[in-house]
Order: sequence, then structure tokens, then C-alpha cells
Amino acid sequence: MYDIKALYEAESVQHAVQLLQEHPEAQILAGGSDVLVQVREGRRAGVELVSIYMLDELRGVSIDDEENIRIGSLTSFSHITNDPIIQKYINVLGEAVDMVGGPQIRAIGTIGGNTCNGVTSADSASTLMAWEAVMEVTGPEGVRRVPIKDWYIKAKVVDLKPGELQTAILIPKESYDRCFGHYIKYSMRNALDIATTGCSVNVRLSEDKKTFERVRIGYGVAAPIPVRAYTAEEFLNGKEITEENIKKFAETVLEDINPRDSWRAGKALRKHISVVMAERALRESISLAGGVVNG
Amino acid sequence: MSKKYIGQAVTRHDAHDKAMGRIKYTDDMCDKGALVIRVLHSTVANGIVKKIDTAEAEKVPGVVRVFTCFDLKEKHYFPTAGHPWSTDPHHQDICDRLIMTDRPLFYGDDIGAVVAEDEVAASQALRILEKSVEYEELPFVLDAQEAMEEGAPLLHENYPNNVLAHTEIHMGSVEEAIKEPGLTKVEGWYETQPVQHCHIENFICYAYGEGDRTVVVSSTQIPHIVRRVIGQATGMDWGKFRVIKPYVGGGFGNKQDVLYEPLTAWISIQLGGRLVKLDVPREETFICNRIRHAIRYHITSWMRPDGSFAARTFKAWCNNGAYSSHGHAIAAKGLNAFPQLYPCDNIDGETWTVYTNRSVAGAMRGYGMPQASYAFECHAEDCARAMKMDPLEFRRKNLMPVGYYHAFSKNELYSDTFNQCFDKGAEIIGYYDKVRKYANQTGDIRRGIAVSTFWYNTAVYPIALETSSCRIVMNQDGSVQFQLGETEIGQGADTAAAQMIADTLGIPFDMVHPVSCQDTDVTPFGTGVYASRGTYTLGFSIRQTALLLKEKVLEAAHQFTRMPVYNLDLVDGIIVRTTDGRELMTIGELALAKLYTTDGSQHLTAESTYQIKSNAYSFGCCFAEVEVDIPMCRVRLLNIVNVHDCGQVINPILASGQVHGGQSMGIGYALSEKLLWDEKTGRPLNNNLLDYKMSSFMDHPRLVADFVENYEPTSAYGTKGLGEPPACPVAPAIRNAIGQATGLYINELPLSPHTLFREFTDAGLINDPWAEENK
Repeated sequence: MYDIKALYEAESVQHAVQLLQEHPEAQILAGGSDVLVQVREGRRAGVELVSIYMLDELRGVSIDDEENIRIGSLTSFSHITNDPIIQKYINVLGEAVDMVGGPQIRAIGTIGGNTCNGVTSADSASTLMAWEAVMEVTGPEGVRRVPIKDWYIKAKVVDLKPGELQTAILIPKESYDRCFGHYIKYSMRNALDIATTGCSVNVRLSEDKKTFERVRIGYGVAAPIPVRAYTAEEFLNGKEITEENIKKFAETVLEDINPRDSWRAGKALRKHISVVMAERALRESISLAGGVVNG
Repeated sequence: MSKKYIGQAVTRHDAHDKAMGRIKYTDDMCDKGALVIRVLHSTVANGIVKKIDTAEAEKVPGVVRVFTCFDLKEKHYFPTAGHPWSTDPHHQDICDRLIMTDRPLFYGDDIGAVVAEDEVAASQALRILEKSVEYEELPFVLDAQEAMEEGAPLLHENYPNNVLAHTEIHMGSVEEAIKEPGLTKVEGWYETQPVQHCHIENFICYAYGEGDRTVVVSSTQIPHIVRRVIGQATGMDWGKFRVIKPYVGGGFGNKQDVLYEPLTAWISIQLGGRLVKLDVPREETFICNRIRHAIRYHITSWMRPDGSFAARTFKAWCNNGAYSSHGHAIAAKGLNAFPQLYPCDNIDGETWTVYTNRSVAGAMRGYGMPQASYAFECHAEDCARAMKMDPLEFRRKNLMPVGYYHAFSKNELYSDTFNQCFDKGAEIIGYYDKVRKYANQTGDIRRGIAVSTFWYNTAVYPIALETSSCRIVMNQDGSVQFQLGETEIGQGADTAAAQMIADTLGIPFDMVHPVSCQDTDVTPFGTGVYASRGTYTLGFSIRQTALLLKEKVLEAAHQFTRMPVYNLDLVDGIIVRTTDGRELMTIGELALAKLYTTDGSQHLTAESTYQIKSNAYSFGCCFAEVEVDIPMCRVRLLNIVNVHDCGQVINPILASGQVHGGQSMGIGYALSEKLLWDEKTGRPLNNNLLDYKMSSFMDHPRLVADFVENYEPTSAYGTKGLGEPPACPVAPAIRNAIGQATGLYINELPLSPHTLFREFTDAGLINDPWAEENK
């Protein structure tokens, strides 16, 4: 039994926008795997909800006219993992969201919810960060696009204005073309857990597979919001694939991350693991891209 | 008696109903119109409730009543342990609980309750009420040894230094023995953590008035004890209460305590007998029911050059939390086991049970032995290494020998159990090859293999009463129902009991029907299930009662067959003339004839009680093989094999299920589980299933269970305890395997990444240039 004041069921995206304007206090309900837990805990007791769960137009993965990969915000984790477009162009995202919770959560939880709750530990967040996703937001003023680097404002706050909802996540072609990536979730058990820290790396190698053309690395739980380790990326871009460069890259991530100390995990552990993950995720990405480490 | 069903993997009687969702648990049985109770818990770790303003909470629509500790006009202090009552006042459990208290001793103590028409109203009122309590806060203490220091906050007036009890054992003279030249001294501190049972079905009960009595339906292991304690807690006659136990979704010892049945019954009485239900949320189950004791050990051994023990000392501090619950029994069990597992002529041992301002510790699968086994078997491994002996050979040399007799319990080791279990387990996991293969590894990822054993016994004789009662009633078709005080809580006791009855009485298994739900108005008296006693204990009353019924059946058969009773037998549902093996009539024909005959109609039934005056050792071992990812500070369990000697296995599938469950609990205990409290406030931090890292299916390798079956000579069916033993040896086996892999033998639990990171960093295994800076 949930302490919910009212539930408004949206019949279209425009109707959802209208409902959100009519009920400015209302929360958006997608899969409910976060919101209902919070209602039960009393944190959102007495909440008004605008449900967008019935909006099938927000489900599915496609390639749009601009050759972006377009992931509807209501697409479930299990759908993403099994989607052929995802598997072909950005398999790491499918692998990352396959580490969320358990099978039931992955069947109900949505990627929109995972990114709109503004949580740094979200399993999709570091990969979307590292692949420079673009959030499509629909609101009273129409549709706008927000690059993911501007999306997260602070912990649990994203760039959604009153009356707005996220309707899709786009991965531009320039971001996914010839890119290969790997995500490591570090958690205290192998299922039903939230990341203690998480790291997603992707690489685009030169034609001869000997040089890093572009490397990107995103972290969850390394800061209050998902972050990139730009200094490490800049160091490695254009460099040869060598043991020394890989090690140096991993060490350099500490320049850009700032994990917290809490009873859930110490800062020292999180920093240490961040370095180990950077190295391992990079090695796996190189391997996926067909590269080999020289010397 | 034939053994047609005993030893067979018959399908448990409730399997299909459970798979189809037809089984009724407590909540399924409760009328949906029940009023909902939510308990108001203390938000201070030690204090005095000065005032609770209920006015605002009472205004919430749907709220029926708000009770506070100040509404409890009569203070009847009561015990909660699921121990049999003792007629000797000195052996009775400590009465230190009240239904609600104005003197909370831990964060989560019960200080009031809300009753509402539904959960939402109850929760809304509770949130308001939590802000309406005025406390006088007092200093608190969370650590057992700190609680014993002078000046520590005192929890209970009659227990100076917060010591609930302190006991000692002395054998020979340690002081003299250690003068022997050439001894090697091995010493260690071993620290175990508090954990919770995490049974799937949280504790739940409901109560309502019927006539001048109150009926309480509860998810409990111990219905007859619950009835007695409700009587004690309310100051009313025990017979004024009727307790019903439906199917239970796991107990693991948590439900071997009386939990909220007294509060629920009391509230129903206050409301004129209205139906009220208390369904404890998971967060409260973690901290307001019972937990497993955290115990700190210090063990010292003096070893002779041949690897034998010259002298040993043992000290243990047992953190009992704020109330007595099972009292000193858990600590005492560890102390009692110490000189038995590795016998030595010269031993000093002592243990303290200490009150602290933490959640109350009680029974949890293993009753102190998962903790003690951790200490014993870490220490045994350390001794073997100090003597440069193979850890398995060290154990073979020093463990309790065949023929060992324990005078107090009268237990005897009749068989070469330890070696048989070791041999079988070593063979299954490939111990000897792997232990050689994994020696002297380098690199980031290393493997290790190790073994651990444990001490356990069966039932509670001679410390407390052991009694079992059984009733068997025959139907017109010769099928039977049976009732026992030993409760089915998921372990399969009913099915094992039915197998025994089928064989002893001599009727087909599918004609034996358990009455699975205990009802204190109907079920013969029994104290429930705990102490791994069920199958052992109920066996005695079943055998006695089934034989009584068989006697009546054969007497009746005489009437219809004209044959003398001594020439008759009942074999798989047929009355057989033993002299020539002729089948004379079926049990169905006989039962029908006997009930409806106009010449001496009789309802065929038998009932009896058997008081058990024996106990039995129940031993085994666990082999664990791990892979340690040193940079990631993570352990992957590759293989785990438990081998147990529980005597005659009644049902191999159910027995394996018990072992798998124990292994699973052991894996979480070893690697991830730990309840945490905030040192500054005494507030629990991780009392939910996300932050409390119970191991998941994905953290388990294939769980391998096997058995050595040495028929237990004291037992009615050759069987002995298996419920708890599988949980005991897992954590030390994993610890020792990690040690073999890394060279680091870590003396605390859990061996989580937090612990491993610290240990690996300190030992220089992690070559992290920031390790120093990050500290």
C-alpha cells in the first residue's frame, strides 16, 4: 500500500507536459523502480504522480535521420541489452544496464528514469557520459537538446525545467562511429547492488591499430555527479598503445575524480579501484577495437 | 521395521502447493479488514522517554488509537528466548523486556504503537509521532569490552559492568604445562561481526478476541513457548491465549524468540478483541528483532614440536545487545566446544556475555558456533602454519579422537567422522592436487584452497528439557494425519516425519498427511524447532506413537482375521500373516471395518510423549576454493564442498537443501555481511537489503553437499542434527583459502573489499603509489 496523493496517467507526450504544468508539484513516474521505493520509505509519501508509463512512443531504439542512435526514454534496461542496434554500435551500454539490480528491475526500470534521477551511481550514466550522449527534452516550449556534460547539475538534480520530461537519449554518429568500449561496475556483490564506483572507457584507434585516436572515460560515484576524466583522456589521445601510456593514463584519472568518504566505502578504496578500473577497462576496450599493446 | 521411505528423496509434501502459490502464510490467513499496527521505535541509543505528544498523530484520518509506553499500567517483565520453561527459578530466562518501555536501551527499542485502519494512515501517524517524542539522552556504548570498563553506561542495574554472565573452565594447569621446553606459542585475536537472519518472510503476527480468550496467529518456530510468554507479558493465565503457527517463510533462529506477539495480543485486548495485525517492515526486522552476536576471541596455543597441543587458553567477549534474549547460552556453547574440538590436557577458558546499546542478539543458525568455528579454525590454521604442517594433516592429528566421551552431555564420538568427511570432501574438490598447485603463487590474481571443520551437537539435552509429543489419527481408508510440536519452517521436518511414520507404521508414504500448522489448542505440546533438534527429537515420539498405533491396528486385525496378533504385521498398507506371508486385508478395509463395526467400534488413534535424555555430536567439514583479485580487493568463490555426518539421512534432497542454505549463509557471513551502527549516534546505518550485503545467487558457485552416514546409535532413526552445522565451517574455510592464495590470514569478518583493501595495502600487496597519501 503506497501513500500516493494522486496519479495522473498521461496519454501522449503533450498530455504529459500539460499534466506537469497543471500539477507543478507532481513527480514523473516511469518504471517506478526508484519512485515507488522512495514513496514506501516515506521520502516521497503523499506524492502526486504523472505517469508516462503508458506512452509507448517513448519506447524503443532506432537510428534517426541524422544517424544518431535514438533510445526512447521509456526503453527498459532489458530491452536495451537485447536490442540489435545497441549490440552493433554501443554494446557496452547494453552490458552496463544489464548490471542494474536483478531481472525484475531490469524489466521495469527505464533508461530515462536512470538518468533523470540524477544519481551518480546509475549504471547507464558513466557510459552515456563517456559516449557523449545528448538528452532530448520535451516541454511547454517544444523540444530541446542537452549535452550530457550539461545535464547533471548537482546530486539528484538534472536540467529538467517545470513542465519538461526527457523523451529520448541520442548518441551522435561521431560519438559511436568506430568506437569500442567497456564498463566495469564495482560493487559489493554481483547482483542486486548499486555501484560503489563504476568506470566506462571507450576508444577509437588509428587505422593501423597502433595509436589512440580518441579515448573517453566516464565515472560514476567518483564525484557527486557522473564525470569524465578529461586530463587522462587528453594525455592519451594521439599516443601510441604502450604499457607505459596505459599505466600513466590510469594514474592520471585521479586528477579529475573526487570520490567521497562514507560508511559505504572509504575514499581511499574508491580512488584505488578507480585507477585499477581505468587500466582494465582501457585494456578491454583496446582488445575489442582490435588493438594490441606495444612494449 | 522396513526402510522403504527413510533414506529416499521423496518429494516434500508441500512442494507443489508452494510452487503454485497455494500455501497460506500468516498474512494470507489474516482477514483484510484487520487494523494495522506500526511500532514506534526509539531514535536514541540510550535514554529516557520524558513525553510523547500523541495529539497530532491521533488526528490523522484512519488512526484508531495511539499507545505509548505510558499506557502500560502494569509492568510485567518477560523473557523472550525460545527456551523450554524451567521449573527451577535459577534456570529460567532473564525477564527484562516490557511490551513498550520508557527507558529505551538501543536505537529501535519499542516505546509506543500506532493502530490504524490501513498502512498509509499508520505510517503517516508514525512519522508525526516520531517527531513528538521528548527524550533525555544518555551516553551509550556499542562495544562489548568497552561496556565492561569502569564508567561505561550501565544498562541493567543488577548487572555490574554490563556483564550478563561470566563463566570459566579450567583443565590441568596451563601455567605448569607451558614450562615444557621446545614449545611454539601461537596467539591470535579473532573478530566476528553482527549479522541478521534475513529470512524471506519478515516477522508477522495478528491477534483477535474469541470468547474470553485471545487468538494469536504468528510466524514463529515456537508456538507453545509463545503462548507461555504472552501470558507472562500480560500477567494473564497462559490458557487465555491460543497461538496458531501457519506455514513459515524462514526463521533461522530469529523466530525462536518471542518477538511482537505480546504487544499485538495486548493491543487486541485493549481494543476489546479487535483484529489487529503487525507486519514488521524489513528495516525494522534488521534491528528490532534479533541479530547474531558479534563475538571477539583471544586464543593462545602452545604447540609441541610434533604438532600436538601442550596447553591452550581461550577468551571470548560476546556482544549481547540491549536485552538478554538467550542470555549466556550462546557464549557458553562456544566455551563448551573449545576443549572438545581439539582436546588438550591443559586449558583455561573464560567468556563474558555483555550488554551493549545495540540491537538484541539472539539465536541465529549455529547458536554461537559460526563465530566460534571462525576463531577455532582460523587459529588451527595458524597453528598448522606455525608448525609447518599441512593444515588438513594437522587437524587429523589433533581433532577429537574416535571414542571421545564428554561426561556432561554423555556425547560420544562413535565413528571416525572427521577423517571420513575430510577424505570425501578432499576427493570431491581435488584438495591435494590443488593445495600443491596453488603454493607459492605470484601475480595479481591468485587461487587458494583450504578446509575447515566445526563442533556441533544435536538438541539441548542436558542443559534444558527435551521432550516431543506426537498424535496420529487414522481415517476410514487407513490413511493418517499426524501432529507434532516440532514446527515446519521450510526445512522439511513434516516430510521427514511422514517418512518415519510410513516406515514405522507400515503404510504407504502417500497415506501419511502432516497437519502442518501448529495450534496450541489442538497440537500436542512441543517446544518447537531450534538447536538442530527437529529430526532427532521428533523421531523418538514418532517411533513410540506409531508403534502404539500399530499395536491397536493389529489388535483390530485380530478381530476381523481371527489370527493372533503375534502372527500379524502391517506391511506397506497390508495386514500380513507373518507365518506364511499371506495378505489378509488392506489397512483401508481394516480401518473402515473397525470404525463402523457394531461390535466394538473404535477410532484408531495414538498419542504419546517421549522425553529425550541423550544428545549426539554432529560433525562435518567445508572445503573452499577461491580466486583473489588482489588489485580489485575481491574474492571469487570458485568451489565449495560441505560434507556432513548427520547419521542416517532421512531424505537426501531435503538434507542437501539444508546444506546449500547453510553454505549460502556462510558465504555472506564470510565475504560481505555486516550490520553497522553510527559510532556517534548509535543509529543503525545499513538496516535494509541494499546496504546490507547479503550474498546473492550470483555470488555463489555450485553448492556441493555430500554426506557420510554413520548411523547414530542413540537416535530413534539413526539421525542427528543438520539444520545449523552447514553454516558453521564456511567462513573459516574461505578465510584460510584466501590465506593460501595471498599469504595473508585475516582475523576478522567479513572479508569484504573494505577489509581486503586495508590488509593488502598494509601488507604491500597493492602497489598503489597513493596508498600512503590516501590513508
